[in-house]
Amino acid sequence: MEKGKGVMGSGRRWAVDFSDNSTAPFSRDIPNPLGFTRASVDQDDSTVSRQKKDAESNWKAQKAWEVAQAPFKNLLMMGFMMWMAGNTVHLFSIGITFSALWQPISALQGVGKVFEPYKDSKVELLGPKLLFIALYLGGLALGVWKLNTLGLLPTHASDWVSSLPPAQEVEYSGGGIPL
Amino acid sequence: MAIRSFFVPFLLLVLWFYSSLSPVLSLYEDQVGLMDWHQQYIGKVKQAVFSTQKTGRRRVIVSTEENVIASLDLRHGEIFWRHLLGSNDVIDGIDIGLGKYVITLSSGGSILRSWNLPDGQMVWESFLQGPKHSKSLLLLPKHEIDCINVVQTNLKIEKDNVIVVFSNDRLHAVSCIDGEVLWKKDFETESFETQQVIQPPGSDLIYVVGFAASSQFEMYQINARNGELLKHESAIFSSGFLRELSLVSSETVVALDSTGSILLTISFQNGEISFQQTPISNIVEDSSGPAVIIPSSVPGIFAIKINSVTIFIRVIGKGKLEVVEKLNQETAVSNALPISESQQAFALVQHAGSEIHLVAKLAHDWDANLLKESIKMDQQRGIPHKVFINNYIRTDRSHGFRLLIVMEDHSLLLLQQGAIVWSREDGLASIIDVTASELPVERDGVSVAKVEHNLFEWLKGHMLKLKGTLMLASPEDVAAIQSMRLKSSEKSKMARDHNGFRKLLIVLTRAGKLFALHTGDGHIVWSHLLHKSEACQSPVGLNLYQWQVPHHHALDENPSVLVISRCGPSSDAPGVLSFVDTYTGKELNSLSLDHAVVQVIPLPHTDSTEQRLHLLIDSDKHAHLYPKTSEALGIFKREFSNIYWYSVEDHNSIIKGHALKCKCTGEVADEFCFDARDLWSVVFPSESEKITATVTRKLNEMVHTQAKVMADQDVMYKYISRNLLFVATVAPKGSGEIGSVTPEESWLVAYLIDIVTGRILYRVTHHGAQGPVHAVFSENWVVYHFFNLRAHRYEMSVIEIYDQSRADNKDVWKLVLGKHNLTSRISLFSRPEVITKSQSYFFTHSVKAIAVTSTAKGITSKQLLIGTIGDQVLALDKRFLDPRRSVNPTQAEKEEGIIPLTDSLPIIPQSYVTHALRVEGLRGIITVPAKLESTTLVFAHGVDLFFTQLAPSRTYDSLTEDFSYALLLITIVALVAAIFVTWRLSERKELQDKWR
Repeated sequence: MEKGKGVMGSGRRWAVDFSDNSTAPFSRDIPNPLGFTRASVDQDDSTVSRQKKDAESNWKAQKAWEVAQAPFKNLLMMGFMMWMAGNTVHLFSIGITFSALWQPISALQGVGKVFEPYKDSKVELLGPKLLFIALYLGGLALGVWKLNTLGLLPTHASDWVSSLPPAQEVEYSGGGIPL
Repeated sequence: MAIRSFFVPFLLLVLWFYSSLSPVLSLYEDQVGLMDWHQQYIGKVKQAVFSTQKTGRRRVIVSTEENVIASLDLRHGEIFWRHLLGSNDVIDGIDIGLGKYVITLSSGGSILRSWNLPDGQMVWESFLQGPKHSKSLLLLPKHEIDCINVVQTNLKIEKDNVIVVFSNDRLHAVSCIDGEVLWKKDFETESFETQQVIQPPGSDLIYVVGFAASSQFEMYQINARNGELLKHESAIFSSGFLRELSLVSSETVVALDSTGSILLTISFQNGEISFQQTPISNIVEDSSGPAVIIPSSVPGIFAIKINSVTIFIRVIGKGKLEVVEKLNQETAVSNALPISESQQAFALVQHAGSEIHLVAKLAHDWDANLLKESIKMDQQRGIPHKVFINNYIRTDRSHGFRLLIVMEDHSLLLLQQGAIVWSREDGLASIIDVTASELPVERDGVSVAKVEHNLFEWLKGHMLKLKGTLMLASPEDVAAIQSMRLKSSEKSKMARDHNGFRKLLIVLTRAGKLFALHTGDGHIVWSHLLHKSEACQSPVGLNLYQWQVPHHHALDENPSVLVISRCGPSSDAPGVLSFVDTYTGKELNSLSLDHAVVQVIPLPHTDSTEQRLHLLIDSDKHAHLYPKTSEALGIFKREFSNIYWYSVEDHNSIIKGHALKCKCTGEVADEFCFDARDLWSVVFPSESEKITATVTRKLNEMVHTQAKVMADQDVMYKYISRNLLFVATVAPKGSGEIGSVTPEESWLVAYLIDIVTGRILYRVTHHGAQGPVHAVFSENWVVYHFFNLRAHRYEMSVIEIYDQSRADNKDVWKLVLGKHNLTSRISLFSRPEVITKSQSYFFTHSVKAIAVTSTAKGITSKQLLIGTIGDQVLALDKRFLDPRRSVNPTQAEKEEGIIPLTDSLPIIPQSYVTHALRVEGLRGIITVPAKLESTTLVFAHGVDLFFTQLAPSRTYDSLTEDFSYALLLITIVALVAAIFVTWRLSERKELQDKWR
C-alpha cells in the first residue's frame, strides 16, 4: 500500500530533483574535473559488483545444495516412522505409507519452484536438482517398498486372479433320483 | 497380513477385522422377532376329541398325520400344548379318559400313553407286546394299523376305569389310572383279522369281530371283567367280504361282499351269527359300479359311496334296509354325539360351490334337522374331508352345535352359529418344496406406505425413541418401543425393498396347495389349491420350479412358478404342469400331459420373455422340451449337443448318463420330444455298496472367484463345476439303524462323479462308518455327515477339489495383460487334473438337514446351517471345516484365518440361529440370497416354520441397527459449529491485521 500517493499525483507546485545525474549522458556537456577519468570509476565499480555477484552466486549454489540435501533428513525420519509403524495393515501404517508416497510426488512436482530463488545464469543447478530428485525418488521407493511389505502391491499372481469369475462350461447335465 | 490384493475394497478390510474379532453370530434379547418369525402348526387332523364338560378352558384334543397330539383352545384355535411323536411312532388313536387324561395309542398299537389334559405332561406309558407265538404268524397282515382299535369303556372293575386295546393280535385291558395291564386275551384262530371291538353299553361283554381267511366271519364274546372267553362263533359266507365294516348297533354290523354289490347285515345277537343279504340294486335304483362303506358310527344308519354319490341307509328291524338320502356332493359325516340318554346326534357337511352346507340330525329321526346352515367358504380350501361335532347348552337350555372341519387343504376350522370362529392353515405343517419370488416394484398407488395416524401419535413415537436413545426410558416405555419396532409397517409392505429382504416364499404343501408367505412377518399373501381337471381327479404336487423370473427386458411381466404334479400315486401316472403367477396367485395355465414326469431338468437358458427352458424326462426316457414354442426350440437346437442328463437308480445302485439323440420316433410327430441314448453308467457292486445320498450344487448358486489365495501368496484354483455329483454309498448290511452292524462289516464310500462324462474324480472309503448320510455341496467343496461306529460318534467330513491343470498360471505379466485362458469356456471332455483335500471331525449332534448360506454375489464367507436333532438350526462357519487346518498353524496361516485343528467341531450356543425356538419336526432348510451381499435369508420348515436373516460375516455393507445415529448427528453439528466459529475468528483476525 502506497500511502500519500494521491497527494503527490495532483497539483505539484515545486520539486527538487535529487537524482544523481553524474552518470547520465546529458551531463556529458559538463566537462569532467581535472584528474577525473570516468572510465576508471566505471572500471572500479564493475569489479566490485562482480565480486558481489560472485559471492551471491556462490551463496546461491551453496543454498541450492543445502535445499537439495534437505530431503535426506526427511528420508531418515520417514524410515524411522515406517519402522515404528510395523508390518500390519492398520490406520497408522497406512497413513504413514501414503504420506511417504505423497510427499515425494508433491515435492517432485514442485522441483522448479523450490530452486526458483537460486536461479542464476552462473549457478549450475543441475547437480542439486538431480540430488533432490534422487533423494525424493529414494523416498518414493521407500514408500513403495513399505507398501509392498504391507502386501498392498499387486506383484503376485494371486492379486490378479482373485476376482476372476469361474470359467463357464460348455456342457450341461441335470437330473437325479426320479421324482 | 493376508490381504495381498490391491483391489480389495477397504470395506472388506474392515469386515475382516470385525469377523476376526468375534466369529460368533448372535443377537441381543430385544432383537428377537425383529427379523425373524416363527409359526406353529400341527398338520392335518386325523382325530379330534372335545373336552368341554367342565367349566374353565374349553379345548379340543387332536391327533394329526404329522404325528402331533395337541390341545387347542376352542375359542381362538391357539395351541395350549403339543407333542410331536417320532416318525416311527404313528398315532393310531386318541381319547380322553376320566375327563382328565388324554390316552394315545401309537407305534402300531404297542405304546399306550396317558397325558395330563390341562398341561400335557405325560402321566404313564405302557408297552403292549403281542403274543410270542404270533411271531411265527408274521406272514399275516395282523400288524397292520387298521386292525387296531382303541375302545374306551366305562367298565368299573374294582373301581377302576379300563381301557381295552386290541393290538398285536392280543386284547388288552389297561387301567386308566396307572397304565397297568389288567388282563390280556389272545386269539388262536389263524389269520384272524380283527375289524371291530364292540362293547355294548351297560353290559360286561366285549365283542371282537373280524374276518378269518377271506370268507369267514368270526365273533368272540369276552367277559370284560377278567378277559374270559365266553363264546366263539364263526360263519362262512361263500362269496367273501370286503375288508370294511360299519357298526350300526352294538350287535349288528354291515359289510359288503367281495364284489361290492351286495350288502350283508350281520347280527350276532346272543352269540348267534346271522347273515342278511341285500343286493344294492334292490334298494338303490340307478346304482352302477362297486360300493364302498364310509366308516361311521352313527347308530342305525350307515353310509356307502357309489362312484361319487353318498347314500345313507337305515337298518330297520331285522336286516331290513331303507335308503334315507342320496347326496351328490362331496359329503363328510361326523362321529355320533350322545346329547341325552337315548339320543345321538351327528353332522353332515356338504360342499356346494363357494358354500358348504352343514346339517346336524338326530340318529333316529332323519327328517328333523337340529341345525341347518350354509357358510361361505373360500374356494381355495377345497372340499371338506372330515367333520367332528360337539354340543353346548345354550342359555335357553336347547342344544347348540359346533363343528370342527378339516378341509381338503388340511386347514382346520371351527364353525359355530353359522360363522367361522377360527381357522388354522395346518397345511403349512407339511411343506414339500419352497422357492422364492420377488415382490412387485414399488410404484405410485401400488403400495401405500401407511402414514402415521395423527401428529400426536407420531410425536409420541418419536419422543419414546428419543427417550430410549438417551437411556431415560422406563420399563414400560422400553416395552412400548419394542412393540413399535416389531409392528413396523415397513416390514410387511407389499413391495420390493432396496436391500432385497422382502420377498415372497412360495411353498407347496402335501395337500397340493400353494401358499405365498411374506418374508417380513410370515403372513399369507395368497393361496392357491391346485385345480382338479377332467383329466386328473387327484393331482399330487411334487415340485416347484421358477418358470419366469423377469429382470432385464421383460420387467412388465409378472414372475411365475411351475408346479409339477402327478395324476395319482404311481410313478408312471401322467403329469400335470401348472403355471402360477407369483404376484397374484392366479393360475395362468395348466397342462395335462400325456406322458409321465420322472425328472425335471431346468436348463441354463431362457427365452426372450425370460421363461426358463425345462426338459421333462418321462418314464420311457424321452425328453420333452417346455415351453413348447418355436423360439425355445431354436435356443434348444443351438445347445442340443451340449445337453446331457443322468439318472440315479438307487434300488439297483446304478448311475447312468444319457445324451439326446434325435426326435422321438413315435406314432405322432412331436418336434419337442427327443430320444435319448445311454452314454455311460457307473455300476456299484450291489453286494458291497448301496446308494444312500446324492447331492449336487444348487443351480442358482453364485461363485465370486475361481482362485483361492493362500497365506504364502500362492494361488490354488478351485475346481468349480455345475456338473459334479457327490454320491455316498454304504454297505447294504449297514443301511439299517445305527448299531445294527459291527464296524467291520460296515463302510461308507464317497464319490465325486462328473455327470457329463461319468468320470469318477475322487473316491474315499470310510471304514466302520454308517449312514444316514446328509451332505451339502457348494462351490468346490462337499460336507457330509455320518456315524463312526468305531468311535461311537458322529463325524463330519469335508472334501475340497482343486484344479491342478490351472496351477501353472503364475506369470504376473500374462495375468496383467489378460493373456490367459482362465475364464474361457471349457469342455468337460478335456482331461481334468484335480487334487482333493479332505479332513474329518467329530460332531456331537445327529443331523436332520444340512444347508449352506448363499449370497447374491458369493463374496461373503459361508456358514453351514445344520438342522439338529433338537429341531434347532445351528450356524457353523465353513472355516471350521477347512481341510487345511493343522494342529499348529504357522503365523501366516493364522493370519489367513485358519483355526488350529481340534478333533471335534465346536458348538457355540450363541450360534443357534433359531435362538430359543424350536422348529418341530424340522425337514428342510432353504437359503435365499438377499440383494445386500452380506445377508442371506433362511427359511426352515417342518411342522413349524421359522424364518430369519443371517449375515455370516456380519453386515459389513450396511450400518447395523444399533449404530448411533445420534452420535453421528451430534458430531456433524459440532463440526459445522466449529467451522463457523473458526471462520468468524479468522475474519476478525484478518481485519485486525489490516488496521495494524
